[in-house]
Amino acid sequence: MTIRFDKLGVVIAAIAAYAALVAPFATFRANRIVPGEARSVLEALPTAVGPLLLAIVIVGALIALLKTPLVLRLAASVVALIALAILIGIAGSFLTPAGNTFARISPASGFWLLIFAFTLLLADVLTRLNLSPWARVGVLVVAALAIGLLLISGQWNSLSILKEYANRADSFWAEGSKHVTLALGSLAAAVIVGLPLGILCHRVEKLRAGVLNVLNIIQTIPSIALFGLLIAPLGWVAAHVPGAAALGIRGIGTAPAFVALFLYSLLPVVANTVVGLAGVPRAANDAARGMGMTDRQRLFGVEFPLAFPVILTGIRIVLVQNIGLATIAALIGGGGFGVFVFQGVGQTAMDLVLLGAVPTVALAFAAAIILDAVIEMTATKRRVETA
Amino acid sequence: MIEIEGITKRYDETTVVDDVSMVIEPRTIAVIVGTSGSGKTTLLRMINRLVEPTAGIIKLDGKDNRSLPGYELRRSIGYAIQGHGLFPHRTVAQNIATVPVLLGWDKARIKARVDELMTLYQLDPEAYGPRYPHELSGGQQQRVGVARALAAEPNVLLMDEPFGALDPIIRNKAQEDLLAIQKRFGTTIILVTHDMEEAVHMGDKIAVMDAGKLVQYAKPAEILAKPASAFVETLVGASEKPFRLLSLGRVSDAVEKGTAEGEAIPGDASQRDALAELLWSGRPALPVKGEDGKPLGRVTVDGLVKRAARPA
Ligand SMILES: Nc1ncnc2c1ncn2[C@@H]1O[C@H](COP(=O)(O)OP(=O)(O)O)[C@@H](O)[C@H]1O
Ligand SMILES: [Mg+2]
Repeated sequence: MTIRFDKLGVVIAAIAAYAALVAPFATFRANRIVPGEARSVLEALPTAVGPLLLAIVIVGALIALLKTPLVLRLAASVVALIALAILIGIAGSFLTPAGNTFARISPASGFWLLIFAFTLLLADVLTRLNLSPWARVGVLVVAALAIGLLLISGQWNSLSILKEYANRADSFWAEGSKHVTLALGSLAAAVIVGLPLGILCHRVEKLRAGVLNVLNIIQTIPSIALFGLLIAPLGWVAAHVPGAAALGIRGIGTAPAFVALFLYSLLPVVANTVVGLAGVPRAANDAARGMGMTDRQRLFGVEFPLAFPVILTGIRIVLVQNIGLATIAALIGGGGFGVFVFQGVGQTAMDLVLLGAVPTVALAFAAAIILDAVIEMTATKRRVETA
Repeated sequence: MIEIEGITKRYDETTVVDDVSMVIEPRTIAVIVGTSGSGKTTLLRMINRLVEPTAGIIKLDGKDNRSLPGYELRRSIGYAIQGHGLFPHRTVAQNIATVPVLLGWDKARIKARVDELMTLYQLDPEAYGPRYPHELSGGQQQRVGVARALAAEPNVLLMDEPFGALDPIIRNKAQEDLLAIQKRFGTTIILVTHDMEEAVHMGDKIAVMDAGKLVQYAKPAEILAKPASAFVETLVGASEKPFRLLSLGRVSDAVEKGTAEGEAIPGDASQRDALAELLWSGRPALPVKGEDGKPLGRVTVDGLVKRAARPA
């Protein structure tokens, strides 16, 4: 019998082996800003538990390395990820000296690499399983519930990032809701303005190149520069337009952040609307006119539904982009998870940076999965003929 | 009745349709033939005003077709576009219901009409109604396209190369179906094609177009017998003429007294098919049977060959 290797599995096994055997599993620091000391898997976990994790990792890596059935690979990745999630919490309490509230335990490179390796394995399995859109959203929900459960159970409370959270629980949720409002609000505004603008560009050829060029240029302005550019005009509006200030419009704060995100969002929405409408089969448009639809009926009854998956792709780009970009809003007092990131950078407190970064990444990831699923659902149902 | 009077369409300097006049009698099929780019589609689309003419008038039953807004006019005229142009995001039933919905028919009436048309076109409404166009075969898509054009019971049906994409066997069937439906509903049909055989087979009259001009508009037999120009002559295909002439006639019109051996040919088969069968089987005569299966007489090679000769 010949042994056959899985191509991706070789990479996964190599990363897992390095992460488990060489890289540190957790970092111990006497307080939140001093440099840390590395702890290996065996050092970071109680006597029997360390070898258990090593065994799980080695078996998982072997399953990944060889050509094995998908079910087995799925089991290996899920078991490894669950073990890692639970055991990092155990490492936290194990390494924290009794009664010490200053010491900080955080996951180190080995842990993150192991998470990466087995997430890669899981993602590969899920891709090969060719899950339906609903099933993918289901997997997301299960993963979110599992993480939520671990958070509520207090299993991770001894980890540094949750200690940072415990100190700021109120502002975490306040900034979080600001972040989401900023990302979704600017998206909504971009859709409300961008869709009609895209339709207009589609119908009026002369407008198209001009509008898309302007939006393209806006897209290339670095976000910080754009904030800077917005301070003066918004400040002027606040000072001179009655009622503007009362609405919260200022040169700094949420208003310029909102406007900047809105401007960045316009290009993908408008461009995808134009591309989507241009991709509507000529024959369908022709038939619509030939059947006696008015321009409006044709727009809403034929062009729009057929362009919808492409427009949704633009909205997906915008949402993921906005969730990330909203982090920058903190720089000009706009709030959001960026507040923790920049505070953390200022205090060289990595854990605080993570408190802002991890939820941002998680949100963007979830938004991408959900919208991809929605796009696929609309696209398969309304599959565009190729003839 | 459709009266086309001095219709011209120019794009910038190019004249695409050049001063065309013709009258299409009610409840007949007029076929427009011509090479690609000769302006057939443009002429057709000026009837339902998808294209506005540069000059000239088109009257439907005596009324200028500009007396209604374009979209209202188009709801009253069936239109089957090249390919089929089904809406890919709508089910078969929804596609067929397009115009009735635009006209605001009530639900029960729409459903009844959709079911009627689907049954007419041998598509089970239960099985095919909820499907999407991409789930149908080419022939089925084409039938749905025609069913959609007929949905609101239009008096006039415009068809632009409706059978172009079909393979020969399915095309024959589709042509027969259309002829049957035309008889049943008495629809006036204007059909565009570049296939002279189809034109001769389907048309009560044939309009031959060349470079935007109408070069001949006459009954098929006359087009075959007296082509108005060298262009029409080539289009007809000199070597095909006798067979095309035969394809116009039914066996029942060529029956002679007497009997013959072998399998009988139905009286409504074309004379061309009968001649082909005779030549192929090497026999001088075939028995002919009526619709009820009773013998009508026989057709002979000699008789058919005489009929294939140029009319006096
Ligand atoms: N919208 C248009 N603008 C300019 N030229 C056109 C347009 N539509 C058709 N034409 C030209 O008119 C000629 C006739 O076209 P068409 O009526 O589609 O011919 P056919 O249906 O006989 O192939 C072609 O040369 C075509 O290029
Ligand atoms: Mg054409």
